[in-house]
Amino acid sequence: MTRTITISPLTRIEGHASIAINLDDDGNVKDSKVHFQSLRGFEKFVEGKPAEELPRIVNRICGICPWHHHLASNKAVDKCFGVTPPPAGQKLRELMQTIAHAEDKLLHFFFLAAADFVIGPDSDYAVRNVIGVVKANPDLAKKVVQMRFKAKMILEKFSGKAIHPVAGVTGGFAKPLTEKDRKEMLVEMQEILDFALFTMDFAKKEVFAKYLDTIQVLGVINTGFMGTVDDNGAMNLYDGKIRLMKPDGTYTDFDVTDYTDYIGEQVVPWSYGKFPYARSWGEGFSMDLDAPKGIYRSNCLARINVTDHMSTPYAQAELEEFREKFGRPAQATLLYHWARLIEEVYACEHAIALLNDPEITDPNVRAVAEPRAGRGVGCVEAPRGTLIHDYSTDENGLITRANMIVGTTHNLGPINMSVDQAAKLLIKNGEVDEGTLNKIEMAVRAYDP
Amino acid sequence: MKVKVLSEWLNSCSGCEIAVVDMGERLLDVLNLVDFVHIPVLMDNKYYGQLGDQKHLSLPEADVGLISGGIRNEEHLELAQEIRKKCKIVIALGTCATHGGIPSLCNTYGNNEILDRYYTTETTDPSDSYPSAGIPELLESCYALDEKIHVDVYLPGCPPHPDQVFEALVALLENRPANLSDKSVCDTCPTRREGKGDLKKLTRFLKAPKHNGFAEPLDTMRCLLEQGILCMGAVTRAGCGGNTITPRCLSVRVPCRGCYGPVKHEGNQMMDMLNALASNGIDITSLPETTSLLRFSGAHGQLRPPFKEDGA
Repeated sequence: MTRTITISPLTRIEGHASIAINLDDDGNVKDSKVHFQSLRGFEKFVEGKPAEELPRIVNRICGICPWHHHLASNKAVDKCFGVTPPPAGQKLRELMQTIAHAEDKLLHFFFLAAADFVIGPDSDYAVRNVIGVVKANPDLAKKVVQMRFKAKMILEKFSGKAIHPVAGVTGGFAKPLTEKDRKEMLVEMQEILDFALFTMDFAKKEVFAKYLDTIQVLGVINTGFMGTVDDNGAMNLYDGKIRLMKPDGTYTDFDVTDYTDYIGEQVVPWSYGKFPYARSWGEGFSMDLDAPKGIYRSNCLARINVTDHMSTPYAQAELEEFREKFGRPAQATLLYHWARLIEEVYACEHAIALLNDPEITDPNVRAVAEPRAGRGVGCVEAPRGTLIHDYSTDENGLITRANMIVGTTHNLGPINMSVDQAAKLLIKNGEVDEGTLNKIEMAVRAYDP
Repeated sequence: MKVKVLSEWLNSCSGCEIAVVDMGERLLDVLNLVDFVHIPVLMDNKYYGQLGDQKHLSLPEADVGLISGGIRNEEHLELAQEIRKKCKIVIALGTCATHGGIPSLCNTYGNNEILDRYYTTETTDPSDSYPSAGIPELLESCYALDEKIHVDVYLPGCPPHPDQVFEALVALLENRPANLSDKSVCDTCPTRREGKGDLKKLTRFLKAPKHNGFAEPLDTMRCLLEQGILCMGAVTRAGCGGNTITPRCLSVRVPCRGCYGPVKHEGNQMMDMLNALASNGIDITSLPETTSLLRFSGAHGQLRPPFKEDGA
């Protein structure tokens, strides 16, 4: 008899989703579907609103990565109105975004993902969570809470509002950085960098080393990758060209303004969220595990795969070690966790580099803008992937059309494929237990959706 | 005995949950005082049993139900009703839960218009029909919680300040009402009001307001509204600054947009603001549009699709 196994809700992720695994007569997996359940309609309801208000509206797409929406939106509005922020305005935006990355990765690794590895994937769900982690490792937990809070409070203290920020404004940033604030931030970021290096080391020894066998098999699929790089081919989270890499490692770089030539989105019957694919490859869209078509991934593993090198020393050393072990591009899904911690190190180092840039304390942080008709495509690398906001305005500077591709969206197809792969690997003859279902969810959590 | 807490997010962004985490080390104190029995962002408790083999959605009983987000689809509604059944006290956490929040801007459109746009963007391949398999059907509108279930405590804010989340939880543990402000943002704003002037029009926030630099305290800056910049402080509930009181947006010289919702729960931020402007002789047609004055509080029927004579 055929039957469907339901995992609802998906937990320790940041949205609303459930999984349906369909078994055949013999109790083996026929197919799996991930239902992405949210539909809010930002693309529609921002129409008619003054463009300069959008960075304060669309940040509500995500309360975990509001800075990235806020800034991609600001970049798009600047282009609609034809205004260029002064260098210090740009750099303060980038500084805030970089620190937001540093905070986000600590949150994901320790609060959401760690329990699967530290407590164990088969352990009782009542303790397989951050509360269990706190009880098992009270000293480490306290340090984690302190360090993440420190990063968050740098954002809050300087910009006024860390969740759903307001300090990015059309034409630049609302506030200059004083020398006193700069020095304080440097001390704090150095401390967070030390903790990032500790975390990298801790994870390699205490977490990844113990789960190498699982990493090699769970959720593994074969795909392309997307991320942003600078003119020298180094990872850049704030600005640059988009690099789209095929599964064989060859790649094309393009300007984000041309994104519609490279990215298409499929509507699938079981998900409100659309499934993007690489339109420019000209092979269509298929999630067949043996012969996928058009499938690429975003987020940290993608960025680590597409970059030629890292612009900061510790992160470069980590990249070299990672490539030595796993090659380029690395396909194992659980390596997202490893790549995320390399990015954590990079984000801390890069924030320090920005703070050491003499231009960052320049008091000229905002250019005056005028409403006008125009189009603007703004893009940053959000923690979960290449984030694109594309707006058009009328002569009064009101929004006439908006399209957005949110970081996690790029990964919806790959997540569905990793779930299907994990389910086929782990479920045989209809036998299912809680540990098995949690391992299938681990294939999702790696993507940090 | 520890207080049992159940937490759910509905039509939301997870910002409220992050505000809870942003209590910092106080979070560890809270974890010692409460037992979370269900919180999908942190814990693996499932709706249909741990193996997903039960027919009906079921949540554990708890003393307190903490709900963020409004109600936008059938599953949100089912969850809200189940939480009401299983919890002694229900807290509406954040402005989406209390007033619909930003997502309630969708209420000026019908669902078809929302779906038509989302599934025909320039990157979307054409499809014959919209998704519907295994996903909850949209309700006709985005609702605040109290339009569908009884709410005991309102904790607005987008997001609520961590100080207030902490205060609300501690008040519950101490069995006393939470000490939350019922003033307006203006009442707590230190900027200087001169009350006179011949301001006739508002200008858009496309250049920095006049002030004496960030080294000078906020009370040396003139009220942004008096500078001719739309600021929603007069019609917005205070509290965004938490224990430090100063409104957060104003602290970086950026105008308030109303994220704590109306001062009185049933107030209308748009009507109240337009009235305030008009009675001060300001030409309200100088605003580029007015729908977004209700951007945080479009539930409760405040925002609706425009009336069409042909009934379409």
